[in-house]
Amino acid sequence: MPRHWLLRTRKGALAVLLLASCVGLAFAEGPQRTPSIFAPASTPAGQIQSLSWFVLEITGSIFVVVGGLLTFVVIRFRARDTDDNREPAQIYGSNQVELAWTVIPVLIVVVLFLTTARVIFAIQDAPKPKAALDVTVVGHQFWWEYRYPDLGIVAANELHVPLSSTQDPKPTYLQLLSADVDHSYWVPQLSGKVDLIPNHPNELWIDPLHPGVYLGQCAQFCGVQHANMLLRVYVDTPDQFAAWVKNQQQPGVQDPAVAAGRRVFETQACMNCHAVRGTAATGRFGPDLTHLMSRDTIASGAVPNTSGNLRQWIKNPDSLKPGSLMPAMQLSDTQLDQLTAYLETLK
Amino acid sequence: MADRTLPIHGALDLTPPREREGTILDTLHDWVVTVDHKKLGIMYMILAIFFMLVAGAEAICIRIQLALPDNHFLSPQVFNRFFTMHGTTMVFLTGIPLIFGFANYMVPLQIGARDMAFPRLNAFSFWVTLFGGLLLYYSFLGGSGLYGMGNAPDVTWWAYAPLTARAFSPGHATDYWALALIVTGIGTLGAAVNVIATVISMRCKGMTLMRMPLFTWLMLVDSGLLLVTITPLTAAQVMLVIDRYLGGHFFDTQAGGSALVWMHFFWIFGHPEVYVLVFPAFAIASEVIPVFSRKAIFGYPAMVAASVGIAFVSLGVWAHHMFTVGMTSVSNTFFVLSTMLVGIPTGIKIFNWLATMWGGKIRFQVPMLFCTAFLFQFLAAGLTGIMLSVAPWDWQLHGSYFVIAHFHYILVGAIVFNTFAGIYYWFPKATGRMMNQTLGKWHFWLFLIGFHVTFDTMHFVGFEGMPRWIYTYPADRGWSHLNLVISMGGIIQGIAVLIFAYNLLSSLFVGKIAGNDPWDAWTLEWSTSSPPPDYNFATDPVVGSRRPLWDLKHPEDPDWKYEA
Amino acid sequence: MSAIPLTPHVSDERPWHLPYRGRIGMYCLIIGESAIFTIFVVAYIFYIGKSLYGPTPQQVLEVPIFNSICLLSSSLTIWLAERNLEHRKMNLFALWWGLTIVLGMIFLVGTGLEWYKLIYKDGLTISTNLFGTTFYSLVGLHATHVIFGLCGLSLVLIFTLTGKVKEEHAPKIEVLALYWHFVDAIWVVVFTVVYIIGR
Repeated sequence: MPRHWLLRTRKGALAVLLLASCVGLAFAEGPQRTPSIFAPASTPAGQIQSLSWFVLEITGSIFVVVGGLLTFVVIRFRARDTDDNREPAQIYGSNQVELAWTVIPVLIVVVLFLTTARVIFAIQDAPKPKAALDVTVVGHQFWWEYRYPDLGIVAANELHVPLSSTQDPKPTYLQLLSADVDHSYWVPQLSGKVDLIPNHPNELWIDPLHPGVYLGQCAQFCGVQHANMLLRVYVDTPDQFAAWVKNQQQPGVQDPAVAAGRRVFETQACMNCHAVRGTAATGRFGPDLTHLMSRDTIASGAVPNTSGNLRQWIKNPDSLKPGSLMPAMQLSDTQLDQLTAYLETLK
Repeated sequence: MADRTLPIHGALDLTPPREREGTILDTLHDWVVTVDHKKLGIMYMILAIFFMLVAGAEAICIRIQLALPDNHFLSPQVFNRFFTMHGTTMVFLTGIPLIFGFANYMVPLQIGARDMAFPRLNAFSFWVTLFGGLLLYYSFLGGSGLYGMGNAPDVTWWAYAPLTARAFSPGHATDYWALALIVTGIGTLGAAVNVIATVISMRCKGMTLMRMPLFTWLMLVDSGLLLVTITPLTAAQVMLVIDRYLGGHFFDTQAGGSALVWMHFFWIFGHPEVYVLVFPAFAIASEVIPVFSRKAIFGYPAMVAASVGIAFVSLGVWAHHMFTVGMTSVSNTFFVLSTMLVGIPTGIKIFNWLATMWGGKIRFQVPMLFCTAFLFQFLAAGLTGIMLSVAPWDWQLHGSYFVIAHFHYILVGAIVFNTFAGIYYWFPKATGRMMNQTLGKWHFWLFLIGFHVTFDTMHFVGFEGMPRWIYTYPADRGWSHLNLVISMGGIIQGIAVLIFAYNLLSSLFVGKIAGNDPWDAWTLEWSTSSPPPDYNFATDPVVGSRRPLWDLKHPEDPDWKYEA
Repeated sequence: MSAIPLTPHVSDERPWHLPYRGRIGMYCLIIGESAIFTIFVVAYIFYIGKSLYGPTPQQVLEVPIFNSICLLSSSLTIWLAERNLEHRKMNLFALWWGLTIVLGMIFLVGTGLEWYKLIYKDGLTISTNLFGTTFYSLVGLHATHVIFGLCGLSLVLIFTLTGKVKEEHAPKIEVLALYWHFVDAIWVVVFTVVYIIGR
């Protein structure tokens, strides 16, 4: 049996080797915080995954069959040196064959379409249980605002939701709004994405079945720092969630030790954009800072929430997120130290 | 490689090419004032290849930036301009000029005409397109000044509202985008009108519509589709300019306007546009595959019907680009169905090409190598398209690198591959010289490997949640290795394209003399000299079948005996 | 010009007549322009009733009956002109052709007067609200096409009056007349959408 032509030539063998090593490299990465669509942790994402496996099976089979035929044709009917100069038999067409390869794809389409329609309605028109939690998400350039209307909470950038289960569903319904341009809410392990479009409210629901932190990011280009409009969704156990809610409902900590920093905050125009509940600061343009220290990251996930990063962010936002809409306020080093100390009390 | 003498002396111009006297300036003048379809065809091709190299360089820069996480090779501002310009350039300054480069050169020759229907409109369309391209690229220098790297458009090639409103895009970047494309749109419209009028009104005697080469059929359908495709974009861009300059509110969400209106209008253009771009690939495949398989195309009427079908159905699928914007479940379902349906005539074409090769004696010379790769790649791309048509799965994959992989599989894997096939196939006709076949094979294999290294891998990084339009990504996402691999493939493709460019240029001077019919083909263009004389045909041809030269070469078994 | 057939066995004795390329070109232009108008009409219809403030169509629009009659009659006059050209009655051709231009001009003047009233009396401009934006864009787009048409028609009139136009130019004149009919047909659509449906 003659070896496959691909393996017969040195060039072919090199091609196969290169391709194989690339595929190998692709899967060689260890498990990281990869937001894979094939690692669902919520019902909508799970339904999508089941559907996608089904579709992959069908399209994969089509590829194998047609690709196989193509490969066969390429090998079997290639011109050989031993050929005479006669042209092969000219076949102009066949109505039966055309009919056959029209009808079969139509049938495949019917099957795919019906399966798809079922999942569309299951996700988009799912009835909303009474126990559902409502959160309003407002997209901004380049951060996320979260409002829990029933709990009286305003937060930013890191979403906390309660754990749900199939026996006792406690989904979270996100109402998606935008304050400026188009954005898109994409946390692959929890659900498909839905866009945030100004003047066009949308809705997205998740019912996370495993606790943990799930990563995602804005998926519709929204300007210079679209890449750093990251998402972190914290799926809390009931106790964790209750504790978080209780903390978020408190007004801002008033520590007299950092009064100097608080004065900087209120006189250096920070309060024009930011809010700290319980103080005179009620700005809405930037994230609510009442419980800033309850977050793991700042600048919508761009950098971890450490003392150094916080100070650097206030000093010069562009150094961490070039093009973000927060201006550098030209503060002195003393002011920066005081301000950072104040903000670090806002737990 | 047969080059038989054809007993059609009257149609052949045997006078030797006249000695070109005159200075370089004379030659330049000749080309600048020309209305000859062959020269304009070549000028369109040069424009397309030039902008393809520019956009390719932008892509290489993008891939260098993304090769590593948290990279600082390009600033976010420059990155956003580069990917916007890469997409805009490839679609409007490479993809569309390629259509008219091939169509202008080959359609009159294939239908036995002396020129296009409107030669002066032809020249006008070319120069307007070039001007639009230069206007677009002037944005790097002009606009609001030389701040950073100028003010090239940076709003993605979709230019979604309200990001493009004055409030969110101050400065002139978006204006360059809108105005330059309105200008090139005028050129495109003119060229499309020209192709249609030529095909309808200038065919030689005996060439009924059902005897035209499939290449010409596809250019006709393509141009017809363009009439109703490019115009919605022009309308939407005029609306955008009205919003930005006259205080209009078409897309002003603060005044009750709708961001979705832009989306609908853009995709009513945008989806048929991608079929417009891929039709030349189909056209070239329908010429190269039969000739190199030594068989007539299988199912000519079905191929015509499928092409027309694709054009019509493609007008009804646009909102599959909008599955995530919050349309109702019923609307989403409709567009799932229409999108899946457009896959059927497309599949039929693949099967017909396959059947053409079946039972043939396939010669794997360079054009056929590219067409064979096209068949595999287009099949895969169509299947990833079916995956994306499944709306719930699209809710995950939309706006991710999976989509980029899918459409590059078509744009590069189908269109660029077949463009190379077409160039290797018709370069001998246009210049009288063969391109170097050894360099061609190096070009092919390197490009094939680079293409697959980049775009096969890209599907997976999309599965892993990497979205589009991001200038960098954190190291802990697990995307780093895949991105490095993708970037390396880009470098390999770049090298392959440089080999091609060298081959193209050097063959002009040292390529083997081709003769009239180096591939032993069957359509009318191969009955002329290489290159053809200015007037194409000494006497008007008369044809009686789809393959007039086959009939002449095989008088014992002519096509017209089998055609209805 | 004798033609040497490439397939000498074929007996295609039917005369070979293909449509006039000018007419095909104009049909293509009309199809493309129709697509542009469709987009503006769709935007107009979508935004009916959606303005948040400012004058509404009901408040400020008056149905331009006279204007429309003038424009639509110009289709009749141009058709009459063409008939006269076919019969080589150059004076009558020039008369009806000139009348077409006059009717087109009346339409433009009427539109200008309407806009004057809307802008200065009613305070409706293209930037006032959604109604203003979509109204001036759609009606303005149509008016622009009327202007282009009148330019072409005037050019032909000048050539006629200087004796350059002959009966054999009829196909080309017919192509221009086709464009003019298109402009009138578009007005029927715009009129219906703006002054009937939208009010």
